[in-house]
Amino acid sequence: MIATLTHPPAPYVNFAALSPFEAVIGGSVLVLLVGLLGSRFARHQLVPALTLLTLAATAGLALWQWNDHVSAISGALAIDDLSLVMTLIFATAGAGATVLSWRGRAPAESAHGDYHALLLGSIAGMVVLVSAQNVVTLFIGIELLSIPLYVLCATEMHRAASLESGLKYLIIGSVGSATLVYGLALIYGATGATDFQAIATSVAHGQHSDTLLLGGVALVLVGLAFKASIAPFHQWTPDVYEGAPTPVTAFMAVATKAAAFGVLLRVFDVMLIGEKVNWRPVLALLAAITIIVGNVGALSQSSLKRMLAYSSVAQAGYILGGVAIATRLGVRATLFYLFVYLTANLAAFAVIVARERETTHGDDIDAVAGLGAERPWLAWSLTIAMLSLAGVPATAGFIGKVFLIDALVGAGYTWLAIVIVVGSIISLGYYLRVVGAVWMREAPLAAPLIAGGSPEADSAGRHFELTAVALAFAAATIVVGIIPQPLLDLAGRAAGAITGAL
Amino acid sequence: MLSILIWLPVAAAALGALIPHRRGAGLLALAGSLAAFGLAISLIAGYSGHSGQLADVTNIVWIRSLGIHYSLGVDGLSLFLVAMTTFSFALALLAANIRTWARPRVFYFLFALAESAVLGAFLAQDLALFVAFFDLMLIPFYLLLGVWGGPGRVAATMKLVIYTFAGSLLMLAGAIALAVLTHQHSGQPLSFEFSALRAAPLPGGTQDWIFLLFAAAFLVKMPAFPLHGWMPDAYREMPVEVLATFSGVLSKVGAYGFLRIVLPTMPAASVHFQTLMLLVGLASVLYGSVMAFTQTNARLIAGYSSVAQLGFITLGIFAFAQAGAQGAVLQMVNHGIVVAPLFLIIGLLAARAGGSADIREMGGIAMRAPVLATVFLIVAFATLAMPGSGNFIGEFLILLGLFQTKMVISIIAFAGVVAASVYALRMFIRAMHNREGSQVHSRELRWPEALAIAPFLAAIGLFAFYPQIQLQRSERAVVAAISQEQALTAPAATAGGADR
Repeated sequence: MIATLTHPPAPYVNFAALSPFEAVIGGSVLVLLVGLLGSRFARHQLVPALTLLTLAATAGLALWQWNDHVSAISGALAIDDLSLVMTLIFATAGAGATVLSWRGRAPAESAHGDYHALLLGSIAGMVVLVSAQNVVTLFIGIELLSIPLYVLCATEMHRAASLESGLKYLIIGSVGSATLVYGLALIYGATGATDFQAIATSVAHGQHSDTLLLGGVALVLVGLAFKASIAPFHQWTPDVYEGAPTPVTAFMAVATKAAAFGVLLRVFDVMLIGEKVNWRPVLALLAAITIIVGNVGALSQSSLKRMLAYSSVAQAGYILGGVAIATRLGVRATLFYLFVYLTANLAAFAVIVARERETTHGDDIDAVAGLGAERPWLAWSLTIAMLSLAGVPATAGFIGKVFLIDALVGAGYTWLAIVIVVGSIISLGYYLRVVGAVWMREAPLAAPLIAGGSPEADSAGRHFELTAVALAFAAATIVVGIIPQPLLDLAGRAAGAITGAL
Repeated sequence: MLSILIWLPVAAAALGALIPHRRGAGLLALAGSLAAFGLAISLIAGYSGHSGQLADVTNIVWIRSLGIHYSLGVDGLSLFLVAMTTFSFALALLAANIRTWARPRVFYFLFALAESAVLGAFLAQDLALFVAFFDLMLIPFYLLLGVWGGPGRVAATMKLVIYTFAGSLLMLAGAIALAVLTHQHSGQPLSFEFSALRAAPLPGGTQDWIFLLFAAAFLVKMPAFPLHGWMPDAYREMPVEVLATFSGVLSKVGAYGFLRIVLPTMPAASVHFQTLMLLVGLASVLYGSVMAFTQTNARLIAGYSSVAQLGFITLGIFAFAQAGAQGAVLQMVNHGIVVAPLFLIIGLLAARAGGSADIREMGGIAMRAPVLATVFLIVAFATLAMPGSGNFIGEFLILLGLFQTKMVISIIAFAGVVAASVYALRMFIRAMHNREGSQVHSRELRWPEALAIAPFLAAIGLFAFYPQIQLQRSERAVVAAISQEQALTAPAATAGGADR
């Protein structure tokens, strides 16, 4: 025994399969080092450029792995279509956040190298998380994703709200992680296994202690609910989203949420599928609560970031509905909806970043008033984003909702479909308020930006990259709304990777 | 062919938005809608109506995973509604071109997008596609009202959107439930096509709640009492050119939806809720008439008269008699071509009365404008369904059909006919005769204005004297739409209503 412990066989590592992960980690280190160079050009231009390059390489390598279904590091990680699709989502969100923070305050106040290295580090954690095949790598992934985010939230270090946001996220996130790890330990105690498949087999054959297992499932659910901002574990979301630098908020809103749902799919629809009788109603109920809480909460917000935070809670409820029903169609709808959510949110946040730099209203709804006359391209992007989130036809959001409701009705959860519809009706109240402000209000009289008064004011009106991001994602929203089939196929393929048991 | 018809208006307007010329956007949007009208006329010419089948069918798989088809087709039910839509939009765009608008490119693009969406809803033969178009048409009207409307526009948009989107989203849930449950019930592959949904009706209890979801959406859109709460504000604030199409065309989509979707796919529920729907229709007739009689804002008089008219149409549909349903289809078209010029005229009157649409501020406008007065009188007579107008034939058929199946309701509904003559003539007299209002500057109809209104008069005349153009072509389709209900109600009547 001792001999085997001192000389464990080296685990088989499939470096090719791990290449997206390697790229993002390598890029992170590289960016950190380049950020130490003294040259202003290197810090301000080269670092973001290298970050984008890293993300492009990650996405490219993920595409290269396409169709492979292999396990790496002795079965600790699995590279399948689900993890690859998720990697693409993270890379897109990361690239969006990088462009949004170019010439922004947050990287300048912290340090360009650190900021981008943390961003890439967080993406690395997400990649690990959605590829995890046992509870230990799952936990490593979730910590690797969270810790850089705690810091990123606080990177506008001369603004108290940003620091507050980082601290809040740290405390709440740690509570979530602690709950999660406790739950994972209980599941291990109940089944004697850490591997997802082994746990699934044990659960399916009933070779476990019920109390321990159910307790573990409940705690895991709570832990992940913190990450995915599912009510009633969502209270941190508006505060953290509002305080964090807007590009970081955009990244959190999109990538973190996608990662959390990726792992929810693996945990519930693979590892715990044998227990679905017990958790299906609970998840469905949580989804319903989340939809109502998020939509009602968003109604009274005047800060766009807070509004989008509550909207992200509501959207998490819709997506959770797809997880809760535990059917093949449900998993596909979940994955498709994640993409819908990605494009609409990135477009919206790009507009918010642009307006934060151009006006003195920050992220208040006044900042976008009269946008239709002033900046038509931004106005259309924001309008499309809001309409897509609300689920209006000709946008991706409509198809996403149709798909989701279709899956829910098909699985016998018609009541949850009705809750989604009611939630959508409520959501019109705040999404259309933004559209109304954009098109139907005059720009409020504001103190004119004084040139030289702040770094933002000097470059006002020259944020072509922000307009480009907003337009690109708005265009993607429309294209997917009209030609959804390719993306549905993609979601179907990714779902196929985990729906063997369904 | 039908795809071209649907997308031509918006494509032309998009092109117009891109060219730098100042008036280009409006003129190209107008050209696009005129071309669409030309296509619609060629559809009528090519449609015989003898087969009762769909013509010009396009059927492409749109979303394979969900069984959603991009499926279009035209039959006697939609043929004249399509023509009326393109006609009204073309003339409303002509009227809009007389004025200058702030941000004209966006305005005409949205206006044309609205036309495309309405045409799509009339031509869709797939439920999901219909829902998509049905929801899509709200967005342009929402923005048209909110950006170019009157002073109270923002509050009006809120009401409009909450009512109509709530209805639309409920219908979306209903539509998906209908398709998925039909799929589970019949074992056929999942499909949203009307033909597939018609082929395998669901059990009665399931039909019932889905029926209510659809009915909510359609009744809000019409609007019918008591779901008309958004109507007064929206009608008061909307630019008249937009309002002419909104009231003339959009309200018909709801009524059309009953005939196209609800009656064929949910026959048992339709019969189950027949009395409820008839009462809603009757309440709309009476309430609309009374309200139209008491309002002083000309837009609201016309608006409430629409509520009453749509109530008649609902009565005709749910009479489940051939005459009633045919009258309903006829009346949908007639009401469209009457109410659209009515709103355009109200716009002209308001321009002559210091910008107010209140009939107390008008008065004496006929003095120096005999042609305008004549035109208004013709439209007012058509509104009150004077014998010799198309509306008379429509209402007559509706009441005839209703008389055959539900005599009591028919007799009460006659009151609406009487009331219509009172409120229409009251509006005419108060606006055109009486003592001259303080702000009134009577002046004659100008040529471009006349050009936008005259074709409506021609159409009113055409359908007044030759309604067979429509009736012949719509007969087969209408009979098919209500055939299941007739089969269900006929034995129930003889057996004393034993079953349902």
